[in-house]
Amino acid sequence: MSQLRYALYTGCTAKQSTPELLSSTLAVAAKLDIELTILEEASCCGASHLQDFDPFLSHVLNARNICYAEKLGLTMVTICNTCQLNLAMTKEALDSDPTLKARVNEKLKEVGLEYKGTVAIKHFLYALIDDYTLEAISQKVTTPLSHFNIAPFYGCHNIRPSHLHKGENPYVPNSLDNLIVALEGKAVDYASKNKCCGFHVELQANHTSEILAGNAMIDAIDNNADMVVTPCPLCHLKMDTYQDNISKTTGRDINIPILHMPQMVALALGCSADEIGFKYHVSKATHIMPKA
Amino acid sequence: MHTKKVTLKVFRFNAKTDYLPYYKTYELEVSDHEVMLDLLNRIKWEYDGSFSYRRSCRHGICGACGIKVNGKSILACKENAFEMTHLFGDELILEPQSKKRAIKDMIIDKSDFWAKHEAVTPYVVADIDEHPEHENQISQAQLAQMLDADYCIQCGACHYACPVIEVNDEFFGPAAFVAAYRFAIDSRDNATHERLKATAQMGQGVWDCVKCFECQEACPKDIAPIEKITRLHTMQFEHKVAVPNIATRHAEGFVRSIKKHGFLDEADIVVYSEGYLGMYKHLKTAYKMIKAGKIHWNDGLPWVDNVPKSKNLEEIAKLIEISQTNKL
Repeated sequence: MSQLRYALYTGCTAKQSTPELLSSTLAVAAKLDIELTILEEASCCGASHLQDFDPFLSHVLNARNICYAEKLGLTMVTICNTCQLNLAMTKEALDSDPTLKARVNEKLKEVGLEYKGTVAIKHFLYALIDDYTLEAISQKVTTPLSHFNIAPFYGCHNIRPSHLHKGENPYVPNSLDNLIVALEGKAVDYASKNKCCGFHVELQANHTSEILAGNAMIDAIDNNADMVVTPCPLCHLKMDTYQDNISKTTGRDINIPILHMPQMVALALGCSADEIGFKYHVSKATHIMPKA
Repeated sequence: MHTKKVTLKVFRFNAKTDYLPYYKTYELEVSDHEVMLDLLNRIKWEYDGSFSYRRSCRHGICGACGIKVNGKSILACKENAFEMTHLFGDELILEPQSKKRAIKDMIIDKSDFWAKHEAVTPYVVADIDEHPEHENQISQAQLAQMLDADYCIQCGACHYACPVIEVNDEFFGPAAFVAAYRFAIDSRDNATHERLKATAQMGQGVWDCVKCFECQEACPKDIAPIEKITRLHTMQFEHKVAVPNIATRHAEGFVRSIKKHGFLDEADIVVYSEGYLGMYKHLKTAYKMIKAGKIHWNDGLPWVDNVPKSKNLEEIAKLIEISQTNKL
């Protein structure tokens, strides 16, 4: 297999509150000899909130983000579901509407850029599964996850709307399940795996947010999960950071490690504790690391 | 014509006589010509005459036969049974749109749906000339503004797929928002302002939407309610209905952060949305995040700048300057 090369769009959380997401992604890429070029010019995707305030501006900024991957001629990979969706939505809007594309390019011209629509945008999860392949990953496993029951939590923005996520059935998604199995873990089957974590209303509708995150974690716990794994750092922040509050709101004792998808892969590939970065978790996860 | 054996696990409940619902299993030889409604009919006609469900037009337009199959909201008369087995395998679970609202089998009490529909004034509000001399026309461009919102058949598929409806009784829900948008954007309407104000209210309005896209996936008419929800958000700013509050400042705060750093300033967006006084409820979480090294003790202080910067930041500032359309 020739070396896989991608332009990495980190998003904001991987550069701030979830540094473990960036370090584990880079560690996995290094182990698998995947070349990731970080798009240092990129800005925030708007996280669906800028889109509520000023949709044209969010298209302009995301088109600029994509321009830098086009300049490298590389497929853009994301490590956050919400980044993935917002970038993909801008790409869809511009590629299907020449008038909008022209309006956006008129602005981009002022800073010497042009959006062409020549690169694909995919989440790192699908770069691993579709391009690197599960078979090749399983051959690299040095620390099988065979003693863990792992609950996959897909996160809305990687599975819905389904026309932007070809190959994943939003009612029965299976990519994360297959990845867990490839790493020799046991994938927990539970109804909440394709449900919402409530992150996006955390500030203005905290009760809704906590009940949704709580329902998902309780469902995972009741199905004997040892940990939850998610490809989205926003789901991760919601479920890792607020377990105490959510326990109070739901009346259930919730205490379960939440892993980023690349952390789980890094664990199975034998990456170091520093690279995996469990120390940055609020809910205890350090005990998962194999004893050196 | 192909046929195959399909196992149907069917939700059964009679609110008058049953303490708890139960699932009854039926095995049917199903053909690739049959829609899910045919299977409901066959259960009733061939197995149990007391089995109850709503049906009427059989043409995907009355919205009566909405049910859930393996958790997916469908119109029973529209969905081919073989296609359902391609999605979910040969064992299908048939449930009402909302189990907690079940009256009898597939029939639910939809009164919350209709109350919320009514609450957004789902009709044109205008002074009517009783003796008009010509039609009240709207232009093609004005019609295009409505998008496909007028195709909603009030089947309830999106409403009962929405996770917020299950948690927050006040929330209008995706179908009511589609109706609110459809009439708010109508050029003949005089109640746009009131409708936007109602959908701007915290608790009931669009700011409580969790952006899960379940509604877009559920709609049998492919309407994408969340697209209209997003339009209602932006219309609140365009029509100057939006008032500064935690949700609107949160949306607008992204521009402020991106202009300064390219990236979102995660601490600043919370302080900016909540106000300094509102921060007390985040102190415990902030302490835990500082302890874990996720944030720093001085994040969010206006004179400290811990946020990473995008390269070519001046491009981003310039693009915001020339592209920003809305203001709070």
